Amino acid sequence: MKKEAWFGLSMLAIVVGLVFYILPAPSQMTNGHLGLLMLAMIVVAIMLGFPTAFTLMGLGTMFAFFAYYSQNPATALTQTLDLMALRAYWVMNNDVLISVPLFVFMGYLVERSQLITMLFTSLHLATSRIPGSLAVATIVTCAIFATASGIIGAVVTVMGLLAFPSMLKAGYSIRLGAGAVTAGGTLGILIPPSVLLILYGATAGVSVVQLYAGALFPGIMLAGLYVVYVIIYAKISPSSAPPLSEEDACVYLPKFAEIICQTKSKNVLLGIARAMKGKRNADVPMYTLLGNLFIALLPAMATALLLGSLYLVATAPEDVVPEGVQEMGIAASDSEQADPGVGSLQEPEGSEEQEAQPEQVEQEEPTTAESQTAAEAKPDKETAAAPAKRTSVPTWWWITAAIFTGILVIVYAILTFVRLEIFKMLLGSFFPLAIIILGVLGTIVVGLATPAEAAAMGAFGGFILAAAYRRLTWSVLKESVYLCAKTSAMVCWLFVGSGIFAAAFALLGGQEIVNNWVKSLDMTPLQFMILAQIIIFLLGWPLEWTEIIIIFMPIFLPLLSHFDINPLFFGLLVALNLQTAFLSPPVAMAAFYLKGVAPPHVTLNQIFLGMMPYMAIQIFAIVLLYMFPQIGLWLPSLAYGN
Amino acid sequence: MQKLLLTVDKISTFVGKMFSWLIVTLTALITWEVFSRYALSAPHAWAFDAMIMMYGALFMMAGAYTLSKNGHVRGDVLYGFFPPRLQATIDLTLYIVFFLPGVTALCWAGYKYAGESWAILEHSSITAEGPPIYPFKTVIPVAGVFILMQGIVEIIRCIRCLKDGRWPSRIEDVEEVDVDKLKEMMHVKDEDIKKLDEVVTAKEGGVR
Repeated sequence: MKKEAWFGLSMLAIVVGLVFYILPAPSQMTNGHLGLLMLAMIVVAIMLGFPTAFTLMGLGTMFAFFAYYSQNPATALTQTLDLMALRAYWVMNNDVLISVPLFVFMGYLVERSQLITMLFTSLHLATSRIPGSLAVATIVTCAIFATASGIIGAVVTVMGLLAFPSMLKAGYSIRLGAGAVTAGGTLGILIPPSVLLILYGATAGVSVVQLYAGALFPGIMLAGLYVVYVIIYAKISPSSAPPLSEEDACVYLPKFAEIICQTKSKNVLLGIARAMKGKRNADVPMYTLLGNLFIALLPAMATALLLGSLYLVATAPEDVVPEGVQEMGIAASDSEQADPGVGSLQEPEGSEEQEAQPEQVEQEEPTTAESQTAAEAKPDKETAAAPAKRTSVPTWWWITAAIFTGILVIVYAILTFVRLEIFKMLLGSFFPLAIIILGVLGTIVVGLATPAEAAAMGAFGGFILAAAYRRLTWSVLKESVYLCAKTSAMVCWLFVGSGIFAAAFALLGGQEIVNNWVKSLDMTPLQFMILAQIIIFLLGWPLEWTEIIIIFMPIFLPLLSHFDINPLFFGLLVALNLQTAFLSPPVAMAAFYLKGVAPPHVTLNQIFLGMMPYMAIQIFAIVLLYMFPQIGLWLPSLAYGN
Repeated sequence: MQKLLLTVDKISTFVGKMFSWLIVTLTALITWEVFSRYALSAPHAWAFDAMIMMYGALFMMAGAYTLSKNGHVRGDVLYGFFPPRLQATIDLTLYIVFFLPGVTALCWAGYKYAGESWAILEHSSITAEGPPIYPFKTVIPVAGVFILMQGIVEIIRCIRCLKDGRWPSRIEDVEEVDVDKLKEMMHVKDEDIKKLDEVVTAKEGGVR
């Protein structure tokens, strides 16, 4: 037997010894002490490696029976059985947990659509000027893909096969590369839509909607901190992250673009416009030109659409819609969904505008950047003329319009054919995923759909995505369905077990003993918060996050009201904290997934060392969130007013 | 003996797979319901009950399937380091001490619970004139019996492992992270990884 196993076993023996030391003699034991004994037993049993759901169920049944038996032996059996059936049915009849299989299904479908290769290539070309561009692209790819799919293991493995070799070949240090892959891959459990937050919502009774709204900015902040760290690191020590060679950063232009580049102009709008005027010089077919012009004008259209819908909201007649906030939210989500790709929920308003766009484009074919911006005002004038009773346009709309127009001018001034190619690649990989994520989140946060409904729409979106990229074969569908069933069964049976266990724990009065003990320590809320986070952090070393959330969270939750801590805020801190569970040795799953596909000379220690800075960043992010709770609480309070 | 183990495995897998397709109907039902509510303004009162039933039946009936594929989460900090015989000893003990009483009680509890529901032919109370709910409650004992059956097979597996010193085989199934499949999908071959190793060793040599 390996020495790790002996070490673990001796640790367990120490735990057991401590428990016997602390507990009073059997003659003086109360039921509450039995509860604590039960808690110790569960820890030992989990560490021994028996399937947790059944450990919980078995222990819970026995101790619940015992608790009832000590009250009234005659009815103990009936009461225990009733309790079990009720707990199992609570999970089956749970309108929060119903989103678990749906989100998991969406994740498997998105994962199998294999967008990740394209996403990574396009992102690293798009960021090629930034120091450490490959690592930055890795983190961003991981963040987006892990968010949409939520399957940490698969994302880390795929990035270990895709990004890690390119980083090594480009001369990146092993640590930097390994850290970027593993830390980026685990972002998916925090950034919504994530299953972790659903589980927390179901255990803590916090609305999943608010959790999603709350976790969005901390998640983006964490990803941002990673990116900033990589850029600074690459700046300080260029040898560990050399810039891309000319060859790697090179984008192959299609033939027509090369011709135009050489004969006309490098700028897309200028080039295409000149090529159209002087057709005799360029042997480029007209439809190629038109197609590319259409793609190049997409940002302008999106801006026009956004400004148009903002305009409609801003000038909406007040007597029709008394609650401005709600209307604004709905209209904003319309503009999201009117983007190409989502389709299924399109509101008539959005699609009319979209149809209006191509006509406009054809009118303006020979225009340059400047006249394009002038055309921006066109749709607005039209909409302004149609409804007579609109209120006057507020100043903020003009300011927003000016800013967006300014950005557009700059974008079109620097839009070369190379950049157009990169934009096309992004269009094929980045935007579909972004639209699915934003569509799901948007409808939930705005309140158009419940999480379960949004999850189902997301799964449907994943379906379409996989079909659109021609990955939706019978075997892919079958695999996704079966994997989804296994994962959901694993999570939900854990809930069945833990429901019975938690009920027994409360029946025995174990919860009360814990509560009284913590209260007797007379801690300040800050001390309690730090203690709780440290305990969760330590639990994350040997245990998986599902077990921590489902089994141990219920013990902390009753204490929150005593210390006057918002359970929503606590949940966000816990979610940030549990990211570290994936990166902390010895159970750092991310490291093992990467090791499984890395070259043999990359050692686990190198990977662990690479992850350390990211763990430090996570702790820094927890501190930041604690110091400035508004990072997490602003969006929920904006959307729900509490 | 191995044949019996695999037969029970197959039954659990078949039942679990049948019920896993509910996820597709669930997705379709909710998508249709959302469409029908917003676009056709015709929501259905029974939709919510139907969703819950699909979800509940899905995960409960997939329990035995998951168990047969060793898919229930376990703390494998130490477990992974143990030799097979020790693993089997621990599993065997805990299956008898925790699993059998717990799951038997669940079957019994579910049987009683569903029986009471059948006795009054209970209907869902979420909406007026909700659909009948007694078949749904029957899922608890049925799923319990399947899990119990699978659990007994797992116990036999442990005993065989104690005898032979290695774990008897399982039927292959899709895995969440199938490294070989992913390699194939990314067009990465083992030689590529080996070639990359040279880059790594060269770099380490350079640092020293």
